[in-house]
Amino acid sequence: MTQVTLTVNGKSVSRDVPDTMLLSEFLREELRLTGTHVGCDTSQCGACVVHLDGRAVKSCTALAVAHSGSAVTTIEGLASGKTLHPMQEAFNEHHGLQCGFCTTGMIMTGVDMVNRYKAAGKALTPEAIRKELEGNICRCTGYHNIVKAIEDAATRMDGMAQAAE
Amino acid sequence: MTVHKPRPHDAAPLHVAGAARYVDDIPLPANTLHLAFGLSTVARGRVVSMDLSAVRAAPGVALVLTWRDLPGHNDVSPYPLFREPMLAEDEVFYLGMPLFLVAADSHLAARKAARLAKVEYEELPALLTLDDAIAADARFEEGPRIYGRGDLAEGFGAATHIVEGSFEVGGQEHFYLEGMVAAALPQEGGDMIVHASSQHPTEIQHKVAEALHRSMNAVRVEVRRMGGGFGGKESQGNALACACAVVADRTGRSAKMRYDRDDDMMITGKRHDFRIVYRAGCDAEGRITAVEFTQYCRCGWSPDLSLPVADRAMLHADNAYFIPNIRITSHRMITHTQSNTAFRGFGGPQGMVGIERVLDHLAHAVGRDPVEVRRLNYYAAPAGADPATPQPGAAHRFGGAHSPKDWLPQPQTTPYGQEVEDFLLHEMTEALLTSSDYAARRAAIAEWNAANPLLKRGIAFSPVKFGISFTLTHLNQAGALVHVYQDGSIHLNHGGTEMGQGLFQKVAQVAADRFGVPLETVKITATDTAKVPNTSATAASSGTDLNGMAVKAACDEIRDRLARFVAERQQADAATVRFADGRVHVGTESFPFAEVIRDAWMARVSLSSTGFYATPKIVWDRIRGQGRPFYYFAYGAAVTEVVIDTLTGENRILRADILHDCGASLNPALDIGQIEGGYVQGAGWLTTEELVWDQSGRLRTHAPSTYKIPACSDRPPVFNVALWEAANREDTIYRSKAVGEPPLMLGISALLALSDAVAACGDGSVYPALDAPATAERVLWAVRRVRGGA
Repeated sequence: MTQVTLTVNGKSVSRDVPDTMLLSEFLREELRLTGTHVGCDTSQCGACVVHLDGRAVKSCTALAVAHSGSAVTTIEGLASGKTLHPMQEAFNEHHGLQCGFCTTGMIMTGVDMVNRYKAAGKALTPEAIRKELEGNICRCTGYHNIVKAIEDAATRMDGMAQAAE
Repeated sequence: MTVHKPRPHDAAPLHVAGAARYVDDIPLPANTLHLAFGLSTVARGRVVSMDLSAVRAAPGVALVLTWRDLPGHNDVSPYPLFREPMLAEDEVFYLGMPLFLVAADSHLAARKAARLAKVEYEELPALLTLDDAIAADARFEEGPRIYGRGDLAEGFGAATHIVEGSFEVGGQEHFYLEGMVAAALPQEGGDMIVHASSQHPTEIQHKVAEALHRSMNAVRVEVRRMGGGFGGKESQGNALACACAVVADRTGRSAKMRYDRDDDMMITGKRHDFRIVYRAGCDAEGRITAVEFTQYCRCGWSPDLSLPVADRAMLHADNAYFIPNIRITSHRMITHTQSNTAFRGFGGPQGMVGIERVLDHLAHAVGRDPVEVRRLNYYAAPAGADPATPQPGAAHRFGGAHSPKDWLPQPQTTPYGQEVEDFLLHEMTEALLTSSDYAARRAAIAEWNAANPLLKRGIAFSPVKFGISFTLTHLNQAGALVHVYQDGSIHLNHGGTEMGQGLFQKVAQVAADRFGVPLETVKITATDTAKVPNTSATAASSGTDLNGMAVKAACDEIRDRLARFVAERQQADAATVRFADGRVHVGTESFPFAEVIRDAWMARVSLSSTGFYATPKIVWDRIRGQGRPFYYFAYGAAVTEVVIDTLTGENRILRADILHDCGASLNPALDIGQIEGGYVQGAGWLTTEELVWDQSGRLRTHAPSTYKIPACSDRPPVFNVALWEAANREDTIYRSKAVGEPPLMLGISALLALSDAVAACGDGSVYPALDAPATAERVLWAVRRVRGGA
């Protein structure tokens, strides 16, 4: 057992956990943050994506102890209060989901993608979205509306950044 | 009106917030046990000895069970005539078959312990491939099923071209994103509550009751949602639910079982792979005179749902084409591999890809555009169409040099004797060929191919005619339970399950429309065997058709009571009472719905009702292969363009255009989602999704690292999907049509387009004969074949 201290969705949490505990397990079992899903157990499907110190990672293959001291944002921490993040709004409005199991990972990857492209000053084209989403699998939608949602959210997030400035 | 509107999925706000609860997310008591199966490591053998001492001694392990320890039936089969043990009884039938059950204090502890067994087998010869099974004549049922009509000898005698071939159609892993999972919570007096990721809660209830040796009324099964099902959760979740219930019953602790993805793929069955052998004849123009199919269906080790799957493959061997002389012979072969099971389309896609291959091959033989040959062979347009203005492709209805006399009666019938009463594909095809600019693109592709030696493009059209109804007639029934509470809020329950398809929202739209209230007034609740009993699986695309009608019946019963109450109070005729805009209208007056409900409650009017529906008109004799198995047909058509690399076989879908028939769509947004997803899943099945077993019977593609379902970059960059908006001629719920399965078969156009691109690599004399899935390797081999190589 090792003590793991993380800042999760802005709150500091500390738990004694086995060294083998995955970050996904830590979030789901220790903190009951079940919006992070485990789809393939082998970092292929992307259902478990969270943000670790601002970068998207697949939490099903990250060890909790290896990241003690880091800040984690999960799907539950994306909205501000009752106001959904623009990426969440866009998935809702563009029918970017069916069974919903991949959705939280898609949204976390989408936010990370938009942030990275914005930081690099690159345009996030539909082609780029399709390429960037290769690590997130959806079995239901055929991806069409997911790409549309991320494209739209990227525009909305521009607006959000401007409003904040 | 809340129907015919593109409302988002009801749970979308929960999904985007990570607040939608799946079975693995349900809070369970702290001492819950986590389960894992120990799996067979050989494909077939007798268990000589099984030493589980190391498993029992492993950290965290609370209980280890073999079949000898089970309190009730050791049978998780959905097929009543075959016993399928949950835990192998001294003999194993596939590599991955559950042998023993471990309960431990964590998921990881259970899985690690399950690896510690020392099992000695006396290995027996295993049948692993279709060739093995055919050589051993290992089959379910006493012999092949044969459906057909007409006279093959006469048909082939009238043919000017005859083609023959044999091709392989691969299986498909469901890869529902949420793996199999169940949880059981023990109750007082031996009762059990089960949460399952299942398309068939009633069957879970039935199997759990048998496993516990109790009656069904001791077991309550709840399913709020699945993270995808696609048929994979119709029968094969039984084992997890029974395992959880047995452990919970024995220990008094709740129990949960979730298959790790690799275990899921090793244990559970997939789409049936087929070998289809064909011989087909046509006249000089391409009009079919005879077709003979032999379908070899690989069932795996147990029947599961294989017999109805194989039946449905036979029932779709005609797809959209009138075939005067046809024989379909279906062999249901046994192999010592996972038991193949339901998968979106349920055999229909395999049957359909067979006849589409034949049409393609015949078109090649007569040297015509495959679209023209397809239209030439379409079923006649609906009876009543003006014969003076023949529909494209319907000319054979009016006789001709090669038309036998018995083609004249209308409407035409399928080989199994069902009349094709609303054949929409003539008009749909015309519309799609125009909107996709097929002819001009085909010409442009030919030109482009002539100028490009390394890359070749291909384009293909394919139609879908899919039969809607369970072929097991008694399954075509559904129940519902609707309560209106005294504050005017509505509680909705029915036997269908939600797996992402949007069933709950569509049915809620129906309920809201019946009462004329906003959709928000209707609370959608989890499927629950204690609320609606004896339900059928949510399968066969029938979820909305059946449950929508049952809910309508329940709502209308309450509505009628309210109408009588209001009419009496207002001295009006009950028939004139209307429910709209959140109000109850009577004469010139209207009252808020909630107010009427409160008054009705005060006046002691019952505000709760069940509803029931049984599909009319269907009769089916599966042994003779005659009757009307389907209430109606759903139609669709697709044009796909691809490009291949002739040096590597790598390929890409460039564009897909789809026109699909959902009747009068209850919810166009959800229906289009089903169509887009179905197409991509169908194209994946026939292109990249390859299942590989090694010589020991071990599935080598048991994770997404090696089993490739379409990724985002695989979806066509140009993807045009439109609905064919025409009301269902049958009296379905708001005249809509089922949409779950039919669009999957639109993906057949991707396989045909690859074949077209391969054909462009040679001089056109060799038919590409591309097997499915058309992986890069297979495309490369086919390119070599048409160029005269090996």
